Amino acid sequence: MGSLRRYVLRRLALAFVTLCGVVVVVFIITRILPGNPAAVRVGPYAKPELLAQMEKEMGLDKPLPVQFVNYVAKLARGDLGKSWRTGQPVQQDLWQRLPATLELALAATLIAIIVGVVLGILAALFHNSWFDQVVRIFTIFGASTALFWLALVFIFVFYYRLGWAASPLGRLTVGIEPPARITGMFIVDSLLTGNATALKDTLHHLALPAFTLAFVVSAPITKIVRAGMLDQLNADYIRTAKTIGVPMREILWRDALRNAMIPILTTIGIVFGYLMAGNVLVEMIFAWPGIGSYAWMALLNKDFEAIQGFVLLIAAMYVLLNLAIDLLYSVVDPRIRLG
Amino acid sequence: MVSEPLAVPRHREQAAREGRAWRAWYVLRSHPSMIAGLVLLAIVLFVTIFGPSLVPYKPLKTDPENRLLPPSALHLMGTDAFGRDILSRVVNGARLDLFIAFSVVAIALGIGVFVGMFSGYYGGRVDDVVMRITDVILAFPSFILALAITAILGNSIPNVIIAIAIAYIPYFVRLTRGEVLSAKERDYAEAARCVGNSNWRIIYLHLLPNCLTPALVQATLCLGWAILDASGLAFLGLGIRPPTPEWGVLVSEGSRDIIGGQWWTSFFPGAVIVLTAFGFNLVGDSLRDVTSPTEAVQ
Repeated sequence: MGSLRRYVLRRLALAFVTLCGVVVVVFIITRILPGNPAAVRVGPYAKPELLAQMEKEMGLDKPLPVQFVNYVAKLARGDLGKSWRTGQPVQQDLWQRLPATLELALAATLIAIIVGVVLGILAALFHNSWFDQVVRIFTIFGASTALFWLALVFIFVFYYRLGWAASPLGRLTVGIEPPARITGMFIVDSLLTGNATALKDTLHHLALPAFTLAFVVSAPITKIVRAGMLDQLNADYIRTAKTIGVPMREILWRDALRNAMIPILTTIGIVFGYLMAGNVLVEMIFAWPGIGSYAWMALLNKDFEAIQGFVLLIAAMYVLLNLAIDLLYSVVDPRIRLG
Repeated sequence: MVSEPLAVPRHREQAAREGRAWRAWYVLRSHPSMIAGLVLLAIVLFVTIFGPSLVPYKPLKTDPENRLLPPSALHLMGTDAFGRDILSRVVNGARLDLFIAFSVVAIALGIGVFVGMFSGYYGGRVDDVVMRITDVILAFPSFILALAITAILGNSIPNVIIAIAIAYIPYFVRLTRGEVLSAKERDYAEAARCVGNSNWRIIYLHLLPNCLTPALVQATLCLGWAILDASGLAFLGLGIRPPTPEWGVLVSEGSRDIIGGQWWTSFFPGAVIVLTAFGFNLVGDSLRDVTSPTEAVQ
């Protein structure tokens, strides 16, 4: 256990250093780069006095080290500043909107994992067949797809032409009451409160944006599952299992997939960052009230504290998720904590 | 008398050249996806260079009487809400999008390889710091980082290029550093050191050519990503603004027509973005297969 604890502590320390770095980078981006947030906010035709006043209001007139200390002190209190557009503290805005984003991201990840694992295993089983080639092209195409374009194509086909999907305007049809807020994720909440109407409508609205994100995200997962399964299927222990007559289904799901799990988990961690970035585009198109569309509106309105808070939140979540995945390995796979 | 000793090397050189050509052909033949990618890119390149003088309409010429026409023989990709010919606009946007992509990759590759060589070769404290910095930058999804930087720098083409390049630099640093770490232990590097070459000479004359391959493969992939990121930013209204005929701007302008059933105003510009990125990714993916068989998926 000693080495496991040392590994966990080292990994925690590393994540902490990275998080500190993230804070510094966000500060650099917003305060040191040649752009002037105050100048952008007051507009190009403002009088110098107005600019000076705005700079003072935003604390930009103080020397940089003082600004940095103030910034970190505020952060330490969990204060991300005030959104100029909504008039609310940024952390409050983000907290309200985070569940919508998480629900969408989780749904997309789930679809992508199912698609990725199935396609990846089949491609590995029928290695070098036409099916394998098609899967390979799919993975490259997925990596090349512009999310905003795919979203529009899906809306045209499934909403406008076929009428299968709900209108791309938020999480619920106007007039349907959202379920009582417990987690803020409508699927979970409507299940917990037994609200069938809200559940059905939520799923109906969630499908199109979730599949849009999942299409793109399933590509890297498919790729890594295929590679991992190929490695495993050629391994000696699998050959032994085959020889002694273990059923193929059992070999695939119990042995090979489990051993291929580590790179798959890593990829899911990486994919999360992509999902969060893609969310800005997808949420904007589907008028999804999550943190992505919040960031977009903040961008349009030059609401810098809100943008800053959003970027910080995404990076922090990304670092923590990857930390969690790393720690999970060390529990799952003894080779890592001992190595 | 001087030409005698030169004759043999020249002959050898030719053989080597033929060998390389033969190997290239062999590689291509066994990688149909690379051929597909190269063909796609050749078409894009042709259109970029010659397209603007071949298309029948001016990209900014409005024609209110012919607004929102579906694709036809006269307007192959239809017309937009102002009666502008979509094909002409898409073709005229190619230069800008490719210019952005190549500039981004040139900057990220240049800086990334330079820093990666330095960091990997010297190691120690410098290397630690560089690695922590790349860790931090990689903690931001590249699109989000580019978005934040563009938002602060303001909307302009150079700013978009700088913003995306900053987000891509760590990839090149990491790849190059990894290569240098193993290359600097090799005999040829040791030999170069022994005969008294300076560190700079070893790095840039001896190690660099042997460490460049992964970065160049990555550069090919990044060209595709850069187009996606730049057009994504433009779609959000960041960086490049209308009426500049940039592909992301075109999709954004056309997106309003979808609900009215006019799919062509956004579909074609977006399809061109995807096909171009697809071309770069096909080539990049096959190159990775060829250059590092161990790393690539069999």
